[in-house]
Amino acid sequence: MELKMATAGTMESGDIMIQLAPSDHPGLDIHLQSSVAFQFGDQIREVIRETLMGLGITKAEVYATDKGALDCTIRARTTAAAVRATGNDVWSE
Amino acid sequence: MKRLRRTMMFVPGNNPGMMQDAYIYGPDSIMLDLEDSVTMAEKDTARLLVYNALKSIDYGKTEMVVRINPLSTPYGKKDVEAVVKAGVDVIRMPKTETAEEVVEVEREIERVEREIGCLGRTQIMAAIESTLGVVNAYAIATASKRMMGIALGAEDYCANLKTQRSPEGMELLMARQTIVVAARAAGIDALDTVYSNLNDMETFRKEVELIHQLGFDGKSIINPRQIEIINEVFTPTQKAIDKALAVIAAIKEAESKGSGVIAVNGKMVDRPVVIRAQRVIDLALASGVIKKEDLV
Repeated sequence: MELKMATAGTMESGDIMIQLAPSDHPGLDIHLQSSVAFQFGDQIREVIRETLMGLGITKAEVYATDKGALDCTIRARTTAAAVRATGNDVWSE
Repeated sequence: MKRLRRTMMFVPGNNPGMMQDAYIYGPDSIMLDLEDSVTMAEKDTARLLVYNALKSIDYGKTEMVVRINPLSTPYGKKDVEAVVKAGVDVIRMPKTETAEEVVEVEREIERVEREIGCLGRTQIMAAIESTLGVVNAYAIATASKRMMGIALGAEDYCANLKTQRSPEGMELLMARQTIVVAARAAGIDALDTVYSNLNDMETFRKEVELIHQLGFDGKSIINPRQIEIINEVFTPTQKAIDKALAVIAAIKEAESKGSGVIAVNGKMVDRPVVIRAQRVIDLALASGVIKKEDLV
């Protein structure tokens, strides 16, 4: 799937900023910055990976700056970045 | 038991930190906002945040409301689809002026509910924020069987009226009374507008006392600090509860003896008195200040 560079989210507490960029090799490269990366890094990466795969994105550079986001916020921000990067909305209207 | 709607707390739909913490403060309803508090550039991301929050966060018994963008904007239909699919309790329509607008939103809700197989689940409330909306209040309140309430939005209303809000709120009196009367006639709830000066809690309390006296069920709020004052004003006093219990006990005794008109403490008790007493008891039960076991 063709991607252009796109960002969603903020650096506020409880949020996460997700930036997607095209990649020249297969797979999702997730670069995570988080003060809780030691405890939750794998889980955050997994939520991002699952969300992108669910939207059919299998090849991208992902830069994530986490400020203590819940899984639902990570899903929302990742989806929003993906919608902006692909131009494919998730809603029917 | 009647659902309490004393406090409906606005939470911006683009602020995940506030969305995850809002229920801690104990509002009766939380209203996640996709409209005025979200810039046009962030409508898409806020919609996804609200959708995922509704799907994932356990808000307990708190009623979940989402204020959508009008259907006349490019965002309204997507908002309806997202929040209905997420299982929202109530969709709050902004700036409602006619019954047709309610019917149009209902049609969109039905379309999504049919798609996911939950027809009839989502309720609607309408915010009335213009003079035309006030004139049409009863038609709006009765436009759909999904309607659970109507609310006043005073800032836009005052702009439309060519005035501004005052501490006494005289400029809002007609709109407030019209909305309460329309809501009561339609058998739904009436919610008052927000009070946004958090540095003047004294005037806020006076406003809450006023709208309680006018008959409103509750008020839209913008900060958790406002919850305690509203709950205080809306919770019946022990004296009122004791009086209501005495009225209900007397009426039950009269019924068992087959007698008609009765008196409590020298005052005649007729039907309106009984209705008021029952409402005090319902409110006391719902507020948790008395329990069902207390009603013998």
